[in-house]
Amino acid sequence: MSRVWKFGSDVDTDQIVPGRYAPFMLKEGQDVKDYAFIEARPDFARNARPGDVIVAGKNFGCGSSREYAPEALRRRQIGGIIAVSYARIFFRNAINLGIPVIEAPDVVDALEDGMEIEVKWASGQLKSDSGQLFELPPMPAFATEIIAAGGLTAFVRKYGRFPGEK
Amino acid sequence: MSTFTLAEKILSHAVGRSVRAGEMITVRPDVIMAHDSLTPAIIKIMRERLGVAHVADPSQVVMVMDHVAPASNVATANSQNIIRRFAREENLRLFEVGRGICHQVLVEEQIARPGRVIIGSDSHSTSYGAVGAFGTGMGSTDIAVAMGTGKTWVRVPETIRVRVHGRFRPGVDAKDLALWLARDMGLAGATYAAIEYLGLEWLPLPGRQTLASMAIELGGKAGIFPADGDVARRFDVPDWLTVDEDAQIKRELHIYLDEIEPQVAVPHSVDDVVDISQIAGQPVDVVFLGTCTNGRYEDMRTAAEILQGQRLAPGLRMLVTPASSQELQKAIGDDTMTTLLAAGVTLTTPGCGPCMGRHQGTLGDGDVCLSTGNRNFKGRMGHPSSQIYLASPAVAAATALTGRITDPRTIEEYRPQTTDHSDSRPVV
Repeated sequence: MSRVWKFGSDVDTDQIVPGRYAPFMLKEGQDVKDYAFIEARPDFARNARPGDVIVAGKNFGCGSSREYAPEALRRRQIGGIIAVSYARIFFRNAINLGIPVIEAPDVVDALEDGMEIEVKWASGQLKSDSGQLFELPPMPAFATEIIAAGGLTAFVRKYGRFPGEK
Repeated sequence: MSTFTLAEKILSHAVGRSVRAGEMITVRPDVIMAHDSLTPAIIKIMRERLGVAHVADPSQVVMVMDHVAPASNVATANSQNIIRRFAREENLRLFEVGRGICHQVLVEEQIARPGRVIIGSDSHSTSYGAVGAFGTGMGSTDIAVAMGTGKTWVRVPETIRVRVHGRFRPGVDAKDLALWLARDMGLAGATYAAIEYLGLEWLPLPGRQTLASMAIELGGKAGIFPADGDVARRFDVPDWLTVDEDAQIKRELHIYLDEIEPQVAVPHSVDDVVDISQIAGQPVDVVFLGTCTNGRYEDMRTAAEILQGQRLAPGLRMLVTPASSQELQKAIGDDTMTTLLAAGVTLTTPGCGPCMGRHQGTLGDGDVCLSTGNRNFKGRMGHPSSQIYLASPAVAAATALTGRITDPRTIEEYRPQTTDHSDSRPVV
């Protein structure tokens, strides 16, 4: 089972990882994954487990283009993100890093912080701890292709082209 | 249907066929920009994850040292040396510490010019729209893949038109309009879309840079001005880069400048904006004048006119970070910089300064800052208990004089003019 970490709207990348914890600001042996939500949600930084799910409102990941924000979440091995909507650069960055990013306002409404859920990202099936079932809408085709390959670098390495490019 | 938005025209020209909003395209950008904050990660991703040893086309790539420049500690110094070595080995253009903020430098060097496609490792790469380019910010993986392959993927954006009517009232400028748009449209008001600014052919380049830099604060993919007026005087404009009034757009907003008062964004969101009358009197510890949004000569000039012959309020500190070495030279070329220094400001190295809280004025617990920058997210400039208000250079200087957020129009010695000083900009 995966825990739901629920956030509101307009969570900016400074909240995900403050600029002062950028990887190149860290000392030898420190890892950006330990600073995910270090100030905005310290209990996430302490307790998030691999497979956990971030659930958020509108415009998740707005602000700075810093890829170390989704990179910290990737290294934290979160299962994916379900939000009402995403900021454009964060959406790209997450897909490029192979993190599932689903837009599903109804599902966001139904999930509460701390719930335990089970998500099958590939088939889009989500089961809550009370046994309620949800169907997650699919991501755009190019995003599914990139995530299936394990991220943009893996995709380009494997196919020698961009998704959709002939 | 043979009419196109500016974004569609520029991207169509780049791929050599007509493309429309909604299409996914693979494009070869004219410019790939990366700055010191992320380039070591970009190099690593290109070489290790993508498995490409060398930049595909060095003529596309430009690097700028601006985020933590000069280096603040051994780690940043070493990471900047990685960039220097890489630029030397790959034969890339590199603008060193002190040259200025990437978005200002690329415009000054005319690397950003009308009709070009420019991607940057910085979200404020929308700034290049000020000169009629398609500029957009991307993350490290995108930039690494673009460097390694020469290409990137883009979804051609829909366009939101902002049609502006009238002129600014005295004491009001492009920053107030940028904040007004954030107030009106919200942080996600232009997500995935390009903004096209119309009705501002009279607005000089610096004001256009202020607005285009903040297109990202509305979630915009790009913020593009027609290459007219001041921009047409400074740059060669391709003949195909014209506005099609009847192009298919998503939405059009009409803005009447005579309704706009000086605006202030209050902590901790760029779209939490009020008229200055609602926040005037708020005590401030630090005033910061700088950034890609408002660190140019005109911004320093406005501040100098207000601070002329005066001293900063007791207990207040003011940091001035010119956007570039050229902007600093202009401020030294007349009495702008001596006026600011006589008032008691601290001058820092041209670059991003304390905007993202890493150096040159990081905020401590509970510090209250009024900044001419573009972001006031919690903890952006330092401790999460610090507070950031965003406003124009005129509001910043008036606030520096009194120690409280102050409407510049109440400063007796200051006689604000409308900001149409297109002919007053000194030539360097």
